[in-house]
Amino acid sequence: MDVSLFPRDMFAELDRLQRQMQQAFEFSPSIRGFARGGFPALNVGSTPQSVEIYAYVPGVDPASIEVNLERGVLTISGERASGLAGLGPKDTVHIEERFAGKFRRVVTLSDDLDAQAVEARCKDGLLHISIQRKAAAQPRRISIQ
Amino acid sequence: MDESKVTREAAHEAPALLPPVDVVEDAEGITLYADLPGVPKDRLDVQVEADTLTISGEMDVAMPQGMAATHAEVSLPRYRRSFTLSKELDAEKLSAELKNGVLKLRIGKAAHAQPRKVQIKVA
Repeated sequence: MDVSLFPRDMFAELDRLQRQMQQAFEFSPSIRGFARGGFPALNVGSTPQSVEIYAYVPGVDPASIEVNLERGVLTISGERASGLAGLGPKDTVHIEERFAGKFRRVVTLSDDLDAQAVEARCKDGLLHISIQRKAAAQPRRISIQ
Repeated sequence: MDESKVTREAAHEAPALLPPVDVVEDAEGITLYADLPGVPKDRLDVQVEADTLTISGEMDVAMPQGMAATHAEVSLPRYRRSFTLSKELDAEKLSAELKNGVLKLRIGKAAHAQPRKVQIKVA
């Protein structure tokens, strides 16, 4: 396993090591990259009435994030400006770990969702999307005659 | 025993995520940017103790009742990261700003550590 010539940051090193391990153990790495470690990080949860998606989008203007839901496929895309733009010639960058650039994440959700009942809120760099399930798909208790 | 110290140490033990940061140095000081999505202002803690700077924050995530997680990339509700400050940095000249989940921390350099142009005398 190769070691970088100038290890700057132990955590960056560990991060790299972890990626390498992941690559070694992943059976068939997808052409679209690893499911984990992308930007924004995603958490998905579900309730009988809805599907809840939490996207961690720090430093992105909420108005510039595009959220699309089409036939059960949710797309979150946008662009994050680099915090290191506008540096003077004498400024030194010591650590650079934060994501910068365009991002796009696609999640396939179940097809019982109601594309008309979507609610998205963004607070403190956390985007919460709540999608209601179609009324017909919600579990009902069937009474026995 | 001081109770606040105990709770702080207990919080220190709790596993936390390591937030990604950018650190830039210019002539007057150092600027640190840390990604802390989900952390509101009142749950962010920036501390300087001796020469150690510690950033910690607790997320405030509203989850509906009875939600079952189906996929989780962010598995812990808190962030923590520490840095060792060098002597020329002045912890008194520290300002913090939190916007859209990004912390911008500015630490100024002590006056005596700011660059001076050295005059070279020609003998």
